[in-house]
Amino acid sequence: MSPNQLGFYTLLKKEVMRFWSVLGQTVTAPVLTALLYLLVFAQALQGRVVSGYDGISYTQFLLPGLVMMTVLQNAFSNTSSSLAQSKVNGNIVFVLMAPIGHWEIFFAYVGAALVRALLVALAMLAVAGPMVGLPIAHPLALLAMFLLAGSALAVLGIIAGIVSTKFDHLAAFSNFIITPLSFLSGVFYSVHSLPEPWFTASHLNPFFYMIDGFRYGFFGHADVSIWLSLGWTFGFFVLMASICMWMLVTGYKLRK
Amino acid sequence: MNIPPVSVGPPALQIRGVRKTYGQVRALDGLSFDIQQGEFFGLLGPNGAGKSTLISIISGLIRADEGTVAVLGHDTVNDWRAARRQLGVVPQELVFDPFFKVVDLLRIQAGYYGCGKEVWPWIDEMLERLELGNKRTAMMRTLSGGMKRRVLIAQALVHKPPVVILDEPTAGVDVELRRTLWRFMRDLHAKGTTVVLTTHYLEEAQEMCDRIAIVDKGSVRVVETTEALLNRHPFRFLTLKLANGAAMPGHLAELVTSQKGDAVELKLDRERHPIASVFASLKAVGIEIADVSTREPDLEDIFVELTAKPGAVS
Repeated sequence: MSPNQLGFYTLLKKEVMRFWSVLGQTVTAPVLTALLYLLVFAQALQGRVVSGYDGISYTQFLLPGLVMMTVLQNAFSNTSSSLAQSKVNGNIVFVLMAPIGHWEIFFAYVGAALVRALLVALAMLAVAGPMVGLPIAHPLALLAMFLLAGSALAVLGIIAGIVSTKFDHLAAFSNFIITPLSFLSGVFYSVHSLPEPWFTASHLNPFFYMIDGFRYGFFGHADVSIWLSLGWTFGFFVLMASICMWMLVTGYKLRK
Repeated sequence: MNIPPVSVGPPALQIRGVRKTYGQVRALDGLSFDIQQGEFFGLLGPNGAGKSTLISIISGLIRADEGTVAVLGHDTVNDWRAARRQLGVVPQELVFDPFFKVVDLLRIQAGYYGCGKEVWPWIDEMLERLELGNKRTAMMRTLSGGMKRRVLIAQALVHKPPVVILDEPTAGVDVELRRTLWRFMRDLHAKGTTVVLTTHYLEEAQEMCDRIAIVDKGSVRVVETTEALLNRHPFRFLTLKLANGAAMPGHLAELVTSQKGDAVELKLDRERHPIASVFASLKAVGIEIADVSTREPDLEDIFVELTAKPGAVS
């Protein structure tokens, strides 16, 4: 059965237009919040906390983690809020009745989430990067970590959007899964500074590998091997994508 | 009354043994019927009869437990992409995407069906025909209910589908929109579009539809041309005003179906109760008639008859 390329492109474009129409809420606000984190933590902890990386200041250490955390949260937020809103409003039927396939829906939603995540990341780096003086050691690693981690969270967002039948459910996903995993992922500190059992627990958090691998792209070294970070992130993406595709193919909570 | 067209090629909709159960509730119980190409078809039934469930199965929003549906020969499960391209559905609920302008929403909808700029003139034409021309750049959330309903109709037609399903399109809308909509749908039908309509306004179905299916409790009670359906009713209605406020004599009183003021309506079997025999009976007991009128049964009478006696008509 031939794919519906224009259908895919239209859904992707529509999802981009959706967040673009409220850019202040979807891009400017998260960038501002992340920059405030940077400002406050850098002011409060610069000189008191060491990064654990030779030649890297705490502020330099902090920025890549904040960028990746914002990427993860916004990739999740874009897909989850769009789907949940469409379900609550009922206008999801226009996509479900159209000749658009499961993979086309999957890639359109993930693609739009990556566009938003990229905008957020570039805005943060454009504003804070020159001030902090951030090196870029491995651009390919940066790109790979951005694409894999952003996609994984976008897919988790699709799952959350499908499962949620009201906005409370979505808030629960965000408050009890995304935020704790983000804050306990080593954004604000090196996990080597953690005592047990938190050190071991951090290594079971997929967000840790996403942030650590992203940091490797900037500094050329990180808490764990880049291959381990890529492996964990890829594995998490495959797991999420498998669950998501099962939901789309079976029509779980979408087609009664 | 339009005569149902002689269909060439596969039916517009072929419904075979469709069953759907929700827990203990059997929403559809082995529904089977065809709708031919070019028909204006009415799908009628009381609330909860299973009409919307059937439409959702046809459009792919719900999966049937058993049975098959084909749109112009394309199975909605095995050949779903082709089936959906042939179909336009106006949902019953006023659903809309609040983020977009009217014209953008319609262009997006066209894109979902693989249609690009070539349908933009058609979109502009629909906006004019549905009297939405001055709202093309309005945000969806700012439109009134009636305007949103028009946009829903345009959304269903944006890819020029040969089969269109309207699920109660005139529920809660004003007379003006109703007239605009029916004028538009008649034109589309005249150009060959198959139209399937569900409505609670039975006079609409009687006026618009070539053929009608009455569905009740998940089963088809009857599928016939509107004309045959009306003719099969063995009754006619006689309204009498009796002079000097006289009461209806006992043997005729059992035929009374309603009374408004001093006007009494009797339901008469064409064979057993000729109108002349009623007049003769009244004359025999010395009652004079002040006024008289007759009414042929309409679709509402048939509908009540069929849905009140499940299984009475096959």
